[in-house]
Amino acid sequence: MKTILLSTAALALTAGFALADTVRMGTEGAYPPYNFINDAGEVDGFERELGDELCKRAELTCEWVTNEWDSIIPNLVSGNYDTIIAGMSITDERDEVIDFTQNYIPPEESLYVALTDDVDIMGVIASQTSTIQSSYVAESGATLLEFATPDEMVAAVRNGEADAAFFQGAYLKPIVEESSDLTFVGDPIALGGGVGMGLRESDGELREKFDAAITSMKEDGTLNTLLTKWFGEKQKTF
Amino acid sequence: MFSYCTDPETLSGLSWLSCYLTTGKHMSLYYAVPTVLLLLALTAPLALGVGFLGAMAARARFAPLSWVGKSYIAIVRGVPDVAFFLFFVIALDQALEWLLHKARCPDWPEPVRQGNDFVVCSAAKIPPGTAPQWIHESYGFMLAVVTFAIVFGAFVANVLFGAMRAVPRAQLETAAAYGMNTRQTFWRILVPQMWVYALPGLGNLWMVLIKATPLLFLLGVEDIVYWARELGGAKTARFSDYPHPDWRMWYFLGLLVFYLIFTRISEIFLERLMQRLSHGQATTGGEALRKADA
Amino acid sequence: MSCWQTIQDYGLRSIGIGERLLPRDGFTLCEQITLIGSGMLWNIYFGTLALVAGFFLANLLAVAKAAPSRWARKPAEWFIFVFRGSPLFVQFFFAYFLFLSLKQSFPIFTPFASAWLGALVVLFFNTAAYSAEIFYGALRSIPKGDVEAADAYGFSGWPRFRRIIWPTMLRLGWPAYTNEAIFLFHATVLVFFSGFPSRQQRGDALYYANYFADKTFNPFVAYPILAGYFILLTLVVIAIFGLINRRLNRHLPQEARRKLRIRPNLIR
Repeated sequence: MKTILLSTAALALTAGFALADTVRMGTEGAYPPYNFINDAGEVDGFERELGDELCKRAELTCEWVTNEWDSIIPNLVSGNYDTIIAGMSITDERDEVIDFTQNYIPPEESLYVALTDDVDIMGVIASQTSTIQSSYVAESGATLLEFATPDEMVAAVRNGEADAAFFQGAYLKPIVEESSDLTFVGDPIALGGGVGMGLRESDGELREKFDAAITSMKEDGTLNTLLTKWFGEKQKTF
Repeated sequence: MFSYCTDPETLSGLSWLSCYLTTGKHMSLYYAVPTVLLLLALTAPLALGVGFLGAMAARARFAPLSWVGKSYIAIVRGVPDVAFFLFFVIALDQALEWLLHKARCPDWPEPVRQGNDFVVCSAAKIPPGTAPQWIHESYGFMLAVVTFAIVFGAFVANVLFGAMRAVPRAQLETAAAYGMNTRQTFWRILVPQMWVYALPGLGNLWMVLIKATPLLFLLGVEDIVYWARELGGAKTARFSDYPHPDWRMWYFLGLLVFYLIFTRISEIFLERLMQRLSHGQATTGGEALRKADA
Repeated sequence: MSCWQTIQDYGLRSIGIGERLLPRDGFTLCEQITLIGSGMLWNIYFGTLALVAGFFLANLLAVAKAAPSRWARKPAEWFIFVFRGSPLFVQFFFAYFLFLSLKQSFPIFTPFASAWLGALVVLFFNTAAYSAEIFYGALRSIPKGDVEAADAYGFSGWPRFRRIIWPTMLRLGWPAYTNEAIFLFHATVLVFFSGFPSRQQRGDALYYANYFADKTFNPFVAYPILAGYFILLTLVVIAIFGLINRRLNRHLPQEARRKLRIRPNLIR
């Protein structure tokens, strides 16, 4: 691991990347446990802890900013921040426009959640607008009901607007565990290529630094510890 | 905030509520109120200025200038503000950085547009990459003010354009009879006299402007509605010391009261202003005041 | 796929006719223009119906607010104050919640929880309140001479209102009412944006513009297309309202109207 750290430092020196610049980390802040705003009003969650550790290993000064999900990619390519670290699944569509680091969360399951076990998953299914899950529901032939936030999506299942909600398992699991009324239905479905950090295509050097830092965290097991801490024992690790 | 707040699980009733309402996140909500008020206070005069320029341009005798003014009014008025906010701020930001890039880094070898990316030299970054977070936030705030001013300036221009036409011609002819030239007539008679005709329209715009502030979150400014939504959503005990079900209803009720009070204060203020402007005017309102005084 | 084929597939997609799936890759300009245009159907539907229905309620409210009776005045005043005084999307939020809970006890409210009826009701009340305030203002500034002349000709009660006061009120309030109509059409984009959920990817123009901006990650194509559509729509609204305005003012001396147009030239 030491050699990797050294090589990143060397890379940083030779590449002439302005080290004095802070790296601005863009996130959404409405997506626990990935990232959310805690009681103190600060960005918190798995990605906050991961991002801080990555920045430490890559010897970068980082700063956290929040941005609406809808415009999170346009604002990255326009240079308002330097990375997206917001539970973003690696997909081919996105990869055409921005670059991803290797994934820091393995490809994960999306799940259906409903009030009873005998719900038809081809009925009315709620999901968040413009996510891989909503595209999946639209193609599955079920009636898709789209909400602006995952919060409203779960509320729609509770009040009977939707038969079930289909979303990333890691988001739904803590909600189902803590409430008595909701339950998982159907089989888990694997979508996307895992969660990675998004960067501008022209920012190859920065991407290599973060890639190296993620590799080092994978190798010494710290990433797995973090994953288990935030997503529970059943979380798939590396 | 309070000393007894260290362990919220042991609290209940009022003491729980007092701790809950003073978390750092709630402070952000309270802090957003002056932010919104400041934005309104800055936007209103700026929009008035932009609108005045727009109306003057639309009236200009020089045809191209008049076209510019008229198309500004027609285009910006025609587009829903939401749609405008969704792409205009990024465009404005890029335009500013591009200009700075051309000025400061004339011999930059790489193109500014690289595929999807917009890349300028680091000297042209606004604000500079090393700037602390509050400068980034203030810059975002200023962009929001300018965008709001441009959108509402078009409506103001339309109102002022109409108000300038409504000033009785006799008053302007009298000015000419006194030997004033066109410029003097414009600044000494037309501009002071037009306000009474413009005020109802401007007052209406002010009301619309107040109600457009929830759109601020599209511009990257975290306003009261953003925080109310964020705080109101259901919270599980794992990610918050203060778990609660979906309380958006109550937060939105608070917002409703806030906006209603704000509207009422504005109405009272506008009513007073109208009374004051109506004094001695040749309108029904002015007539009523004259009768009341007699 | 030719553009004509695209129009056939997606021209009515927003109301559920045509291809079930939205385009997934490629995203030609034709697809964007067609689908966003298809979404405009919803904006036109919401705007037109709310405007027509709101016009009648607005007249009632304006007359009630100007009425001497407290019982007529107070409810109208409060209705106008609440709907004018709160942001539209707070209203959408409350309406959605209200309709959902009503639906649980009274099945008759089921359609109200969908955008096509629920959002329409909110927009209807909203525009009624704004227009009522405009008409109320116009009612107060009717020239005294007009009313006196009506009295002198023996008009009173309903005929006096119908033939003298009401047309004059419309005439005076019309320019401001035109603005309100424009604002209403603009407000229709908020329906799916922050109010009601969209079903089976049937949405309004902003919904599809958002879809394309999200898929192509480029806001500089889809949103300007949307803007273009709305500029056209606004021009149509202004033209129609201009025609009505001309009809409302047709009894005025034509000479005076022409002078009104020349006036700006005189002051320079």
